[in-house]
Amino acid sequence: MSGTLIIRPEFPEFDVYQALSWIQTEADWIGLRFVQEQAYQRHVRNQHPQNNAISITRGVMVEAMIDGCLAYAGSSDLSKSGIHKAALRAAQLARLGAAGNIFNFSEKHRPKAQGNFAGVFSESFDSQSLAEFTDQLIAACRHLQVSSRIVNACAEAQLVEAWNHYVSSNGTDIHQQWLLVSQNYSATAQDGTETQQRSMSGPVARCRQAGLELFDFTAIHADCQRIGQEALALLDADNCPAETLDLILAPDQMLMQIHESIGHPLELDRILGDERNYAGWSFVTPADFGRLQYGSKHMNVTFDPTVAGQFASYAFDDCGNPAVREYLIKDGLLLRGLGSLESQDRLGLPGVANFRAANWNRAPIDRMANINLEPGDSSLNEMIAGVERGVYMTANKSWSIDDYRHKFQFGCEYARMIENGKLTKVVKNPNYRGVTTPFWNALRKVGNRDEREIFGTPYCGKGEPSQIIRVGHASPPCLFSGIEVFGGSP
Amino acid sequence: MSFQTETHDNFDFLADALFAELLAGEELNLSLSAEHQDYVRFNNSKVRQATAVWQNNLTLILQHAGRKTAATFDLSGNQHQNLQMLRSILRHARQELRELPEDPYLAPMQNHGRSENNSLGQLPTTADVVACIAEHTAGTGFTGLFAAGPQIRAARNSTGLDHWFSTESFFMDYSLFTTNAAGEAKAVKNLYADRAWNQQGFLKSLQDNKQHLDLLQGPSLSMTPGSYRVYLAPAAVTELINMFSWGAVSFYAWKNGNCALHELISGAKSLSAKFNLKENFKLALTPLFNSLGELPPSELSIIEQGQLKNLLISSRSAQEYTAISNAAEAGGGSNEYLRSVVLEPGNLPENQVLENLHTGLYISNLHYLNWSDMQNARITGMTRYACFRVENGKIIAPIKDLRFDDSLYSLFGSALEALTRESYVSPAIDTYHIRALGGCKTPGALVDAMRFTL
Repeated sequence: MSGTLIIRPEFPEFDVYQALSWIQTEADWIGLRFVQEQAYQRHVRNQHPQNNAISITRGVMVEAMIDGCLAYAGSSDLSKSGIHKAALRAAQLARLGAAGNIFNFSEKHRPKAQGNFAGVFSESFDSQSLAEFTDQLIAACRHLQVSSRIVNACAEAQLVEAWNHYVSSNGTDIHQQWLLVSQNYSATAQDGTETQQRSMSGPVARCRQAGLELFDFTAIHADCQRIGQEALALLDADNCPAETLDLILAPDQMLMQIHESIGHPLELDRILGDERNYAGWSFVTPADFGRLQYGSKHMNVTFDPTVAGQFASYAFDDCGNPAVREYLIKDGLLLRGLGSLESQDRLGLPGVANFRAANWNRAPIDRMANINLEPGDSSLNEMIAGVERGVYMTANKSWSIDDYRHKFQFGCEYARMIENGKLTKVVKNPNYRGVTTPFWNALRKVGNRDEREIFGTPYCGKGEPSQIIRVGHASPPCLFSGIEVFGGSP
Repeated sequence: MSFQTETHDNFDFLADALFAELLAGEELNLSLSAEHQDYVRFNNSKVRQATAVWQNNLTLILQHAGRKTAATFDLSGNQHQNLQMLRSILRHARQELRELPEDPYLAPMQNHGRSENNSLGQLPTTADVVACIAEHTAGTGFTGLFAAGPQIRAARNSTGLDHWFSTESFFMDYSLFTTNAAGEAKAVKNLYADRAWNQQGFLKSLQDNKQHLDLLQGPSLSMTPGSYRVYLAPAAVTELINMFSWGAVSFYAWKNGNCALHELISGAKSLSAKFNLKENFKLALTPLFNSLGELPPSELSIIEQGQLKNLLISSRSAQEYTAISNAAEAGGGSNEYLRSVVLEPGNLPENQVLENLHTGLYISNLHYLNWSDMQNARITGMTRYACFRVENGKIIAPIKDLRFDDSLYSLFGSALEALTRESYVSPAIDTYHIRALGGCKTPGALVDAMRFTL
C-alpha cells in the first residue's frame, strides 16, 4: 500500500485553553500562541532523489504584560511544568524591562479578538502518494534536460501545513490554518567555461496558499522544457549592454522590486529605528506620509492579506488585529506604513495588521504580508510596442539595497532586447541599478489585471533575533524609463 | 539539573531506545541543536523586546536499501512523549523509504568516533545587562541585540558515532548613533562577545565607539562613482569572506557550474599571493564534527598564496563525484560552506593604515552583498556605518553610502596591497530560528582600487 505525501504523527495532546488557565494570573495580561507547522521538502535533481525531509515545529510563545512592558518566552516543552516555566520567565523579563521600557503598552495593543481563518485549497496533501509525486518531479527534471549541455536539473517542492491558535487572558481566541506550497524548477546549462542558470520565475517565487491542485504537472513539464531551452539560449547570448534604457520588468522581477524598495522601507519599526542595528533604517520619515510622491501617478500599492490563495493571507495578525486591505501608495502618493498597533501608537501614524512572528519561538514584529502593485490599463504588448530601445528582464537572481533602502541593484536570469517596438535578441547577465524614489517616479506604464501574476517568497529575513517569514507580491509587468542597465564582465 | 545535563540525558535516552529498535539493514543518525537563550533587543538604550527561548531541535536521518529520508522536530520536556513521537516518525520514515527511488549518491553512515566537549561560561544576568545599558549608554542611541545562554550540538548514529558539544557564551551586537551637522544620522558598529562578561571591557569598547562617533559629526561628502583606493576594516573584510560560503569554495557548486571561483580552480586566474584562507576549527567557536558527526581536519587550507589548495567536499558530494570527503557541512542547496574561517594576517601594522592608505576611502563595514556576475566572481554591496574620506593620511570627513561592484579577483587579487598584522575574531551572530555557532577571524585589507558605481 502506498502512503501519502504527509505524516500524521501521534502528537501528545495539547489543550491551549487549559494551558492559558495554568498561567493567566502570572502577569497583568497573558497571551499564549500555539504554533504547529509540518513542512515537507521534496527535491529531485537530475532525476534522482536529492532531499526528502520533514520538519515539524511545535511550541508555544507566552507573552506577559507587566506595568506596560511586554516580554516573551517560547518553549517546545508543552507540559504543565514547561508552560509554567515559560510564563514565569516571560513575567520576569517583563518586570525587568518595565523600568526601561520603550513604550507603555496596554491591552489596547492586544485587543480582544475572536475568529477563524482557513486558507483556500481544493486538493489536500494526502490526495497523492509520495511515489506518484516523486515520479512527477523526476519527469520535470527530464523535461528540463533538453540537451546534454544541461548539467544540472532540479525540481523541488515544499508543502507546509500550519496551525496557529492564539488565546489571551482578555478573551482573544483566534484559530488560523493554512496549506502552503512553494515550488522551484531550474536548469543549469554549461558550455566550456560559460554557465547560465534559468528557473521557473526565479528561485522559489512560485509560492501560494494552496493544495496539490497547484501542481498541474502537464503545464509544469511544458514550462520546464521552455526554461531548459532558455538556459541554452543564454549560453549563446551577448551580455546585456551597459546603457541607460527603457526597462520592462516581468511580474517575477517586480516581486523583488516591490519587496525591497517599497515593502521594507515602509515598515514602521524600521522608521522607528528598531531594525537599525541589523536590517537597517529607512529613508522614509514620519513626515513623509501624505506628502511624499513616492512614484509616478501609475503607482498604486496595497497591503492586502485578504487575497484568497496569496502566500501571506490571513484574518488576524499575531496581536489579534483584524487584517484588512489598505492602500499604502495611491497615485504615487505615500499614504500609510506597514506598522502594527504597537508601532502605530509609538509613531502616531496609521498602519496595518502586520504584527507577525515567524514561528512559536519568535516575538511578532512589523512584517510585510501581501504587498501588491495594483493593475493599470496597459499591456505587455503595448509597452513593448512603445519602446524604441530597451530591455525586458525576467526572474530575479541577485538583489542588494542599502540600509536606508535607497540605492539598489538587481540582477535577473533572462532578458531580451526591445528594438523599434519589438522583442529581439536574448541577452545574458542582465542587471539594473537605481535609487528608490527616482526609479518609481520613472514608472510609465502598468499592465492590466489580466497580466497580473501572483508570486511570493518564503525567505523574507528581518529582526533581532532574526526571523524568516512568508510574504506575497502580485504585480503586472511594468515599464520604467531611463534606467541604468548593464551586463556581466566581458 | 542544568539545561546541558538534562538535554544530554534526554538525547542519550532517545538514541539508545531508537537504535535498539532498528531493523536489519537500517542506519539511523540523530543530531541535536538546542539552546536556552535570553534575547534582549534594545532601541535607544531601552528594551524593545525581550524573549527567552527553550528549544531542542532533533533531526533523524534514516537510511536503508540505498534510500534516505530525514525528519526534524521540536522535543518537548517529556522523555516518554518524545519517544512516542520519534517512534511514530520512524514508522513514517520507513514508509517513505519504501516509496522513494534509490539514491545513487547516498553516503553510508560510519563510526567517526566519540567526543565530548563542554565549555561553561560566566554569563551576566539579563537584569545586569539591562541595567548596564540603561546606566552607561544614555545619549548614544544604543541599539542592538544581546543574546546569552547555553548552546548544544550533538550527533549519534547507529554505527556507534557519538559526539557532544555544549558551550555557554553571549554577544552584544550594537550600534551607536548620532546626527551630524547636516542632519544626517550616522553610526558606528561593534560586537562584544565572549564566554565571560567583563563589564569594564565592555565599557572600554563603548567608550572607544563614542569617540568614533565624534568623527562622524561633520557633514558627509558625496563621492562620485569611480575607482578609489580603500582600506577595508576587518568587519568589511568579513563580509567579503562570507561570500566564499555562497558557493565560491564548494566542490558541489563547482561541479554544478555555480562556483564563483571556477577560474581560480581551473588555474586561469589567481588571487594575490598575500591571500591565505583556511578553515580552522582551533578558533573553538564551533564543534569540529558536522551535523552528521563526521570529523573534518582541524585545519584545512583552502587558498594558499592566492592559489586553490582545497575545496570543501561533503560526504555526499564525494560519493556523487568520486572524490575524497573532507567532512564539510553542506547547506540546504547542497553547497558546502565555511564554518570557522581564518584569513591569515599580513604585515601592515594597524596604526599605519591611514598613512599607507594616504588618499582614499576608509570603509568600516559593508552591507547586503550579493553576486552581480557570479561567473566572474563579481560582487555588489553597500558601504555602511563609519566610512571616511582620507587625504594625505588624515581623515577628512565621513562619506555618504556608496554602492560597489567589483570582482574578488581584483579586491583580493591584483589590487590587494596589504593585509594588517592584527586580525580579529568575529563569532557568528546569526539567530535565524536558533543562535548560530562558528565565525571567522580576519585582518583589515588595503586595496589599491575598488570600483564604486552608485
